[in-house]
Amino acid sequence: MTAVLPQRPTGGRLIDQFEYGLDAPICLTWELTYACNLACAHCLSSSGRRDPRELSTAEAEAVIDELQRMQVFYVNVGGGEPTVRPDFWHLLDYAIGHDVGVKFSTNGVKLDKQRAAQLARTDYVDVQISLDGATAEVNDRVRGTGSYATAIRALENLAEAGMKDFKVSVVVTRENAGQLDEFKALTDSFGAQLRITRLRPSGRGADVWDELHPTMAQQKELYHWLLANGDGVLTGDSFFHLSAFGEALPGLNLCGAGRVVCLIDPVGDVYACPFAIHENFLAGNVRSPGGFQRVWQTSDLFTELRSPQTGGACTKCAHFDACRGGCMAAKFFTGLPLDGPDPECVQGYGENALAARDLDLVTPKSHIDHSHKGPVRGQPTLLGMPSIPAKICDESPLAGLDLR
Amino acid sequence: MTGPGTGPVTIPADEVPFDPTVGWRKSPSVALRPEPFGALVYHFGNRKLSFLKSKPLVAVVKALEAHPDVASTLRACDVPEAQHPAYVTALATLSRSQMIERRTP
Repeated sequence: MTAVLPQRPTGGRLIDQFEYGLDAPICLTWELTYACNLACAHCLSSSGRRDPRELSTAEAEAVIDELQRMQVFYVNVGGGEPTVRPDFWHLLDYAIGHDVGVKFSTNGVKLDKQRAAQLARTDYVDVQISLDGATAEVNDRVRGTGSYATAIRALENLAEAGMKDFKVSVVVTRENAGQLDEFKALTDSFGAQLRITRLRPSGRGADVWDELHPTMAQQKELYHWLLANGDGVLTGDSFFHLSAFGEALPGLNLCGAGRVVCLIDPVGDVYACPFAIHENFLAGNVRSPGGFQRVWQTSDLFTELRSPQTGGACTKCAHFDACRGGCMAAKFFTGLPLDGPDPECVQGYGENALAARDLDLVTPKSHIDHSHKGPVRGQPTLLGMPSIPAKICDESPLAGLDLR
Repeated sequence: MTGPGTGPVTIPADEVPFDPTVGWRKSPSVALRPEPFGALVYHFGNRKLSFLKSKPLVAVVKALEAHPDVASTLRACDVPEAQHPAYVTALATLSRSQMIERRTP
């Protein structure tokens, strides 16, 4: 007997409809390059070096044409650092000219006064500047020395150019969870909007997740902060697992992977979600016949993801309707079963599940890694100081010199 | 995701109440993307995203332009009389988020 896929219900709540997927994504992330000037300790896509197979300008334009045909009204562009692609500004204009709005995330490295003025003149573009500490001390430990100053300069340039509605995008960590009010004040001072999202154990994030993911007490504070400030703060609906504390947070409280969300990576591979760069969540490639549309609408993986969860430990939990089992990627990369609790389950089931993992369990690791191989200027100190001194005399003024 | 057919919207205090006796149309800045349950609604001007949760509601929104008022649109789309108030509420929500607008004669 062959398995019968559950049928989409007629009417009812939108969230129940979303579980069965949409004809085109609502929230499509497109990472334009794996190249990045920074080496953030928690990078979700293990970015650093450009991949020689990245989509060419013409291929990227073809993807935009296809998104226009599918009526994908906007894309979230990221990387790597998207603005280091020489054709970034061309692709931005091309997308906007084809009714595909662009929201892009950047560390601000290329946003000088001239680019800021150009963005302020452009309709239909949104900019998010990444900042993971409200102070240089907290930010630079994970994003690298000088990255706070770069972000602040970009924010100043955007504000000065009269750019409207730009965002400050923060990944909430154990080290910055106490700075939410400071982030809000900093953002307000630029006339910008605050966006906070959840740290996932994806990419290099897996290496620092144990150390950086918020504690249970911080999660509770965050939940109350979101209930109090939620109207003015964007979250990308990424904290839906916190809804199991009680009151539902605004937005979509459901894992959208392959249903309403997906990722196109720099080489055209389509993954179920930006936090799931792993072969298990690879649905196809935009270069294959039928392009992105065929991958989105007919790939086996996405078809499989588009059915409601019916089994597993979580479905028996009283809070299942609130959190729907949480984040697929967070479970996967911490070695937990996908139908069980999220590692940060606020009812405590995640901690138990983590503790109960097999001692010799090796957590899944992505084979996609574009991290810089050598030391990077100002690299994050979270994982300790770089072991190779930049110059011999940084160690000892006389090191290596033959004084005879 | 509240209301009979669309997403939540905030109601400004100075709002003019929705008038179903005049002609309406889908805003020219709005695109409807067909979905299995109805349609996704996107406003290119204010970048708001909303949803029409049933195919009959999609048909009504598209048909508004061809009829002098809401009641005649609903009749033309074979919406049962008993459901008219719910449709008027849904259309009022859409007008608040500027997805539909009054036709100027």
